[in-house]
Amino acid sequence: MLMESISSLFHGFGILADPVNILYMCVGITLGVLIGVLPGLGGANGVAILLPLTFSMSPTAAIIMLSSIYWGALFGGAITSILFNIPGEPWSVATTFDGHPMAQQGRADEALTAAFSSSFVGAFLAVIVLTFLAPIVAEFALEFGPAEFFAVQLLTFCSFVGMGRESPFKVLAAMMLGFSLAAVGMDGVTGTLRMTFGTVELMRGFDFLIAVIGLFGVGEILLTMEEGLAFRGKSAKINMRVVLQTWARLPTFWVTYLRSAAVGCWLGITPGGATPASFMSYGLARRFSRNRQKFGTGEIEGVVAPETAAHAAGTSALLPMLTLGIPGSPTAAVMLGGLLIWGLQPGPTLFIEQKDFVWGLIASMYLSNVVGFIIVLTTVPAWAAILRIPFSIIAPIILVMCAVGAYTVHNALLDVSIMLVFGVIGYLFKKLQYPLAPLVLALVLGDMAESSFRRAMLISQGEMSIFWSNWLVGLICLLAMIMLFWPLIGFVLDRLNTRKPAEML
Amino acid sequence: MSDKHDLVPEHKPGQSERTVSTRAMELAVAAALMLVAAVVMSDSWRVGAGWAVDGPQAGYFPFYIGVIMFVASAITFGVHVLTKAPDLSNFVDRSALLLVLKVLAPTVGFVVLIEFVGIYVAAAIFISVFMVWLGSYSLVKAIPVGVAVPAVLFWLFEIMFLIPLPKGPLEAALGY
Repeated sequence: MLMESISSLFHGFGILADPVNILYMCVGITLGVLIGVLPGLGGANGVAILLPLTFSMSPTAAIIMLSSIYWGALFGGAITSILFNIPGEPWSVATTFDGHPMAQQGRADEALTAAFSSSFVGAFLAVIVLTFLAPIVAEFALEFGPAEFFAVQLLTFCSFVGMGRESPFKVLAAMMLGFSLAAVGMDGVTGTLRMTFGTVELMRGFDFLIAVIGLFGVGEILLTMEEGLAFRGKSAKINMRVVLQTWARLPTFWVTYLRSAAVGCWLGITPGGATPASFMSYGLARRFSRNRQKFGTGEIEGVVAPETAAHAAGTSALLPMLTLGIPGSPTAAVMLGGLLIWGLQPGPTLFIEQKDFVWGLIASMYLSNVVGFIIVLTTVPAWAAILRIPFSIIAPIILVMCAVGAYTVHNALLDVSIMLVFGVIGYLFKKLQYPLAPLVLALVLGDMAESSFRRAMLISQGEMSIFWSNWLVGLICLLAMIMLFWPLIGFVLDRLNTRKPAEML
Repeated sequence: MSDKHDLVPEHKPGQSERTVSTRAMELAVAAALMLVAAVVMSDSWRVGAGWAVDGPQAGYFPFYIGVIMFVASAITFGVHVLTKAPDLSNFVDRSALLLVLKVLAPTVGFVVLIEFVGIYVAAAIFISVFMVWLGSYSLVKAIPVGVAVPAVLFWLFEIMFLIPLPKGPLEAALGY
């Protein structure tokens, strides 16, 4: 198994040797950093907007470009956080806590070097996990029937309730809204029209790409507007001496690296995503660090921890997408949508039928992280300059890009209006702390989850007992239920813990 | 050091920043979600949410989705009605809301305009208007940006990637 992975990986590097693919990779990373740097354009909707451009490419070239955009966006988020105290991406919020104080003390180059290096290490560790774990998971999943697939999907969605920082009822409501929107249109099994209310337009249903562009793109711009955006950042030049000095210090944080990467991989594979991973990792680093008092005032470890975790999570989110067809993050969900459009069925069979595609992608992750690391390290001043362009020029351009992206999905003008409506919903939801990720994932997976549920029900003739008919499916369902009721379990445990000291007095 | 080109909410002294409370918005959104859930449930019931001879009917799955959504939103609603410490903080400052609407209004105009003049001309007008109105730029600076962006888009989509975008009378006159 191990040797097989390594030889497959070398085969993947062989595919990468095509100079066109390398070119797409560099273009992707540059676009990705741009997306990550600009507020209002995030990884998920950036990839969604650019997805139609890849329809004419070969799937391998297309996924290499899209995943490079994703890596680029992960790198780019750190630049704005450190220099401008404005997180370009939600997962870089935790980076601002110590990154921006460092920049204010004139240590911007040190913070940026630490951030990029940590991102690189986090992603690298996660790709290694992915390389060796993915084939095993895929082989395991080949045995799955509809009941097992539904159980895994159930676990995915219940994890949002258990892991989310938001109110569990809001998570459920947002998720079910996603499922409802996914159900609109023609039912794939019986051909019945659902929730179309007699209109032709609703027969197509809601495309999640439109929702992503609206919720994350337009919604984010409206939110940014409200907070008022005036870039007053530190300028940045990175000189080689500081880079080397910082590198010399970084190995002392090896425990932080390993811990953060583990947190990131775990939250990326179970769909917690990069944002909670970065916060959790920052919190853990603060708890265990010897310098915990200095956290928040420009401690380099406070930059290392969230960046390592965010990149590890972003990378490992692709593992369940490739092996089970269940994306671990909204951006991975958009890429999954891409796979379906290119005619590839994500899931365990992908590893058997589309070897070139899968291993080309995994090999490209190794290379694009190295390339991305070099690109961001050498081009920071250019990105900092872009951020000096006033938002009153950037905002309308981003809105035009969103409109173009929404239109090109189906060449339908109505979609642009739907995108605007999703934008307003995104703004309201964000303000009231309804999570957007479960909504998007439910919209993407709705049809798949429904069909595996219905097929499982068909096999069992309507008996729910199929979900505990063997140890595997029973175990997954049990885990799902623990996740679903975690807020309640956590609440009870808290009560017990606080009562104990009181009794001892 | 604020710049006149920056987009920041302008607080006018003497004017109240009060709009609606966060609690009112929480209740409104929860109620709206309950309404959507009710629609989902009723339509699923209409197409059949039970068991037919050949398996589950089309409304079987969405019906329960609607039920969960209704219950979850009803709890959110109830919590905000019954709470002893309601969140009466301002949902959004008046000046901030004004700025959000100032961005939303031209965007809606832009989307409507696409239908009549195509996306390129609409984008040129939208970007120029946005820069002049909200960014306080002179027309001399706004128009070149407004023309350049759609020109690049046109080159990228119509010529490089051969993806047609909505076009209007101007493009038709130019032979596209």
